[in-house]
Amino acid sequence: MTDFTMEKGADGAAIITWDVQGKSMNVLSMEGANTLGDLIDDALADDAVKGIVITSGKKDFAAGMDLNVIAGMREAGGAQGVFDGVMGLHHLLRKIELAGMDRKTKKGGKPIAAALPGTALGIGLELPLATHRIFAADNAKAKIGLPEIMVGIFPGAGGTTRLARKLGAMAAAPFLLEGKLSDPKKAKAAGLIDEVSEDPLADARTWVLAASDSDIVKPWDAKGYKMPGGEPFHPAGFMTFVGASAMVHGKTMGVYPAAKALLSAVYEGAMVPFDQALKIEARWFTNVLMNPSSSAMIRSLFINKEALEKGANRPEAPDQTVRKVGILGAGMMGAGIAYVSAIAGIEVVLIDAAQASADKGKAYSEGLLDKAISRKKSTEEKKAEVLGRITATTDYDALKGCDLIVEAVFEDPSVKAEVTKKAEAVIPEDAIFATNTSTLPISDLARASSRPEQFIGIHFFSPVDKMLLVEIIKGRETGPRAVAKALDFVRQIRKTPIVVNDERFFYANRCIIPYINEGIRMVGEGVNPTLIENAAKMMGMPLGPLQLVDETSIDLGVKIAKATRAAMGDAYPDGAVDEVIFAMADAGRMGRKANAGFYDYDEKGKRQGLWGELDARYPQSGDQPELTEVQHRLMFAQTLEAVRALESGVLEDIREGDVGAILGWGFAPWSGGPFGWLDMLGAARAVEICDGLTERYGARFNAPALLREMAEKGEHFYGRFGSKAQAA
Amino acid sequence: MTDAFIYDAARTPRGKGRPDGSLHEVTSLALSARLLNAVKERNNLEGHAVEDVIWGNVTQVKEQGGCLARSAVLASDLDERIPGLSINRFCASGMEAVNLAANQIKGGAGSAYIAGGVEMMGRVAMGSDGAAIAVDPSLAMKSYFVPQGISADIIATEYGFDRDQADALALESQRRAAQAWQEGRFDKSIVPVIDQNGLTILDRDEYMRPGTTIDDLAKLKPAFKEMGEMMPGFDKVAMLKYPHLSAIDHIHHAGNSSGIVDGAAAVLIGNEEFGKAHGLKPRARIRATAKIGTDPTIMLTGPVPVTEKILKDSGMSIGDIDLFEVNEAFASVVLRFMQAFQVDPARVNVNGGAIAMGHPLGATGAIIIGTLLDELERQDKNVGLATLCIASGMGAATIIERV
Repeated sequence: MTDFTMEKGADGAAIITWDVQGKSMNVLSMEGANTLGDLIDDALADDAVKGIVITSGKKDFAAGMDLNVIAGMREAGGAQGVFDGVMGLHHLLRKIELAGMDRKTKKGGKPIAAALPGTALGIGLELPLATHRIFAADNAKAKIGLPEIMVGIFPGAGGTTRLARKLGAMAAAPFLLEGKLSDPKKAKAAGLIDEVSEDPLADARTWVLAASDSDIVKPWDAKGYKMPGGEPFHPAGFMTFVGASAMVHGKTMGVYPAAKALLSAVYEGAMVPFDQALKIEARWFTNVLMNPSSSAMIRSLFINKEALEKGANRPEAPDQTVRKVGILGAGMMGAGIAYVSAIAGIEVVLIDAAQASADKGKAYSEGLLDKAISRKKSTEEKKAEVLGRITATTDYDALKGCDLIVEAVFEDPSVKAEVTKKAEAVIPEDAIFATNTSTLPISDLARASSRPEQFIGIHFFSPVDKMLLVEIIKGRETGPRAVAKALDFVRQIRKTPIVVNDERFFYANRCIIPYINEGIRMVGEGVNPTLIENAAKMMGMPLGPLQLVDETSIDLGVKIAKATRAAMGDAYPDGAVDEVIFAMADAGRMGRKANAGFYDYDEKGKRQGLWGELDARYPQSGDQPELTEVQHRLMFAQTLEAVRALESGVLEDIREGDVGAILGWGFAPWSGGPFGWLDMLGAARAVEICDGLTERYGARFNAPALLREMAEKGEHFYGRFGSKAQAA
Repeated sequence: MTDAFIYDAARTPRGKGRPDGSLHEVTSLALSARLLNAVKERNNLEGHAVEDVIWGNVTQVKEQGGCLARSAVLASDLDERIPGLSINRFCASGMEAVNLAANQIKGGAGSAYIAGGVEMMGRVAMGSDGAAIAVDPSLAMKSYFVPQGISADIIATEYGFDRDQADALALESQRRAAQAWQEGRFDKSIVPVIDQNGLTILDRDEYMRPGTTIDDLAKLKPAFKEMGEMMPGFDKVAMLKYPHLSAIDHIHHAGNSSGIVDGAAAVLIGNEEFGKAHGLKPRARIRATAKIGTDPTIMLTGPVPVTEKILKDSGMSIGDIDLFEVNEAFASVVLRFMQAFQVDPARVNVNGGAIAMGHPLGATGAIIIGTLLDELERQDKNVGLATLCIASGMGAATIIERV
């Protein structure tokens, strides 16, 4: 069975149906494209065919290009392979667009329309854009758009060129540069598609049989075409393009090659005829695909993220779908976990010591649902249904029948031990007990459990409803079924899991803390705090270390520092950090929640500039470091910790290390994660930088033995650990 | 090596570069041709008297396009064997024309040149010739492009100049320009603009606002704040290049930035034999010339490194210079120059500058060389240095010495 099939009707309409077997969503492969090309040739050559409709056999139209195919093109043929592959797609889509018409008179072509039953993303919209009219079903759940930029590439099958010419550079910008998705009505209003219809296939069929020669000539193929909003050297267009570069540059901090390449494709393409513009688009697309950043982003944000979500590291165990979850502690985290569980259709028992606290925890869900309703993302019925799944109570007996417990009480081992015992007294024997601790060792907490092989850590990030990552931590005695349960739960609530072993701060916090500390340490050294923050952002970190510690709160930092110091004794290396952070705490600068931290905040909590007094307390030295020196300190603080986590076996799979870093704390997404970043840098260069940093700043920058060995052997992480990475 | 001497320097008055400006009715061609005629008459340049006319002009499109230099020669009374070369080094085009001519003479290529430039900013809008650096994403991002006003504000932020200092400099420019006109200090150079009937169109710089007070200036809104902080947000680009800056201080406005005007200027340069042959007396030697490229983002700091370079190349020191002309593109450019070299403000832009009288882009470089020479003669001083900041990150300088 091929991906595309054609049925010719007696009325002269040929219906081409896209239906990739064995997949829930259509994605385009090279074979699929070839089949489509043959069908178009057949229909154009057949005198009995008057018009063509391309539609889908599924509830959606298509999810896009198979990114594995793109990665394959690159690996097989290098730049020439990618360029030829992309030009092949252009020729196919151009054949659809010109539809056999005489190129001079623009007459004699066959009308071709697209009928979209649902979602149409990426090539799923680029293909329709090459047809003469797009009909979409009136389906509010359908998403239409070009999200390529989100994974580090840009629409490279003519979508960039066609949309820029259809809407103008300014109007196309949100769809191309931000990957904005729209429902069919909004897509029509924006000019992405032409019609929203009850029965798009029937309407498209009627249209192709009635359309005239002039109906099927694209504006850019007609005489006298002018780009809406003006070409780059038209006075209005000039301002648009000058502004676009500045905005993209400022927004991306210059680290995302795809946005730059996209803008160049639009600019250069706007000044030449359409077919030349497609070549330009293909050259820039090839350039982006050959950029290590784009392959790293595709690898982590698409291929590996999906693999982890589908259970790449799930142990063999029967289906562990969660039906009823008990959540102990209705604070911020517990309330968030209750919400995401209830939304996923899981029955929730939310327990706290006082009924008022439990109710408040449930009210959190109500608040989020009300907000969703006001944004038309939810309905009163849906809200009632979701809230109906949450039982807020103080009564542990309500936990009867729970197949999973998530404990989210205070970070105090004795409190945790007590609730563990109370819960285990009521829950079924085969239930899994998870703790949402962020700092306490799982194996220690498991001592309170009578079933340590069913005891596991599920570490959520705050705010739970927004953060995409969940860190699953195996204690010494945690068994495979507990891991499978945690993974199945994470899958139900549609988040991305990583599975790590039990060591201080697990994986994410272990890497974030040194990053924050390095920033604070530099403040103490007299490095310009603005330089510290900008250096981080210019490496693609979403927040500078000082802003990040303001967000997580200074007192939490103090608490962690004190605990770590107590645990490590004389070996404690961060005294210089503590001097600054303890002084901040003494000055009442506890962070955003106190409206005062390394930054100033206004009464509404909006961040202003850096705290004015910082300069007086930590006078900036006259000899400021180079930007790259600051960046190296901030990046190696994190990445060396990731390598150490791999070396010590906390991390078992570098894919988890990379995906977890990007989703967990926003680690420079353009790099594909800490291991992707080190691979781009090369182990030898990384070791060389570390040696310099160690000499200047101390042993915390010592290159781990693993990295040194890789440098000697000329290895890369993704080469050495392959796709199924196991720690050395 | 042959010496290159300045025999004459002439300029038109500067008209407001607006539809109601006095020179708005005059074409770039006519203004250029009439100034060339004046130079010809003042110096008896009959026949194939000069090797070339090198004409600086920034916005070379429409009436300023198509090699305006050649068109201007043909429209003037100069001999048709004199060819004409249009050049563009943005704001230093007029200076580059002079420097190029001087260096050709020094190298033995021709005995005399007319060098200068024109810009009718009210007729051919600045920027209307396009610019890849601003609009082509590949270069705009590689070079961290921001408009000049933002660059001027970066200078202020980076080197610590506040609005009061900039306004004080602007006020002083107005005061000095007014005094210079009052005392007739520009008389030697000014060639009134006349029409085809010999009727005067403009005989005085009309952009000046002699009555300006510090309070008037204080009321003006920063001109580049919105494009910097809001749309499209050039400050973010600036801070990517200057990551130690937490914010850009937007101190520049219409009152402390150069004025948009129409005008032209020409300098007659020749070797010693040329002067003897035409019975002309040399006024100054062009002792040294220099140009340099600098960071395109802060863009307008060129006067400092190009001055360092010209001094080094010519074996001179800053103390050897009696008077300075530093083009007042923006107040911070001049403030930075004075800060870097610790020169007495009384010796810089003695008769005011482009903030008071305006900056006809292609002509200014030649204008300030003439103004410098006039003032050296008036004060009976010897050595002067003129310098300009230049778009896209460049600087140019000329040192002249009276003979």
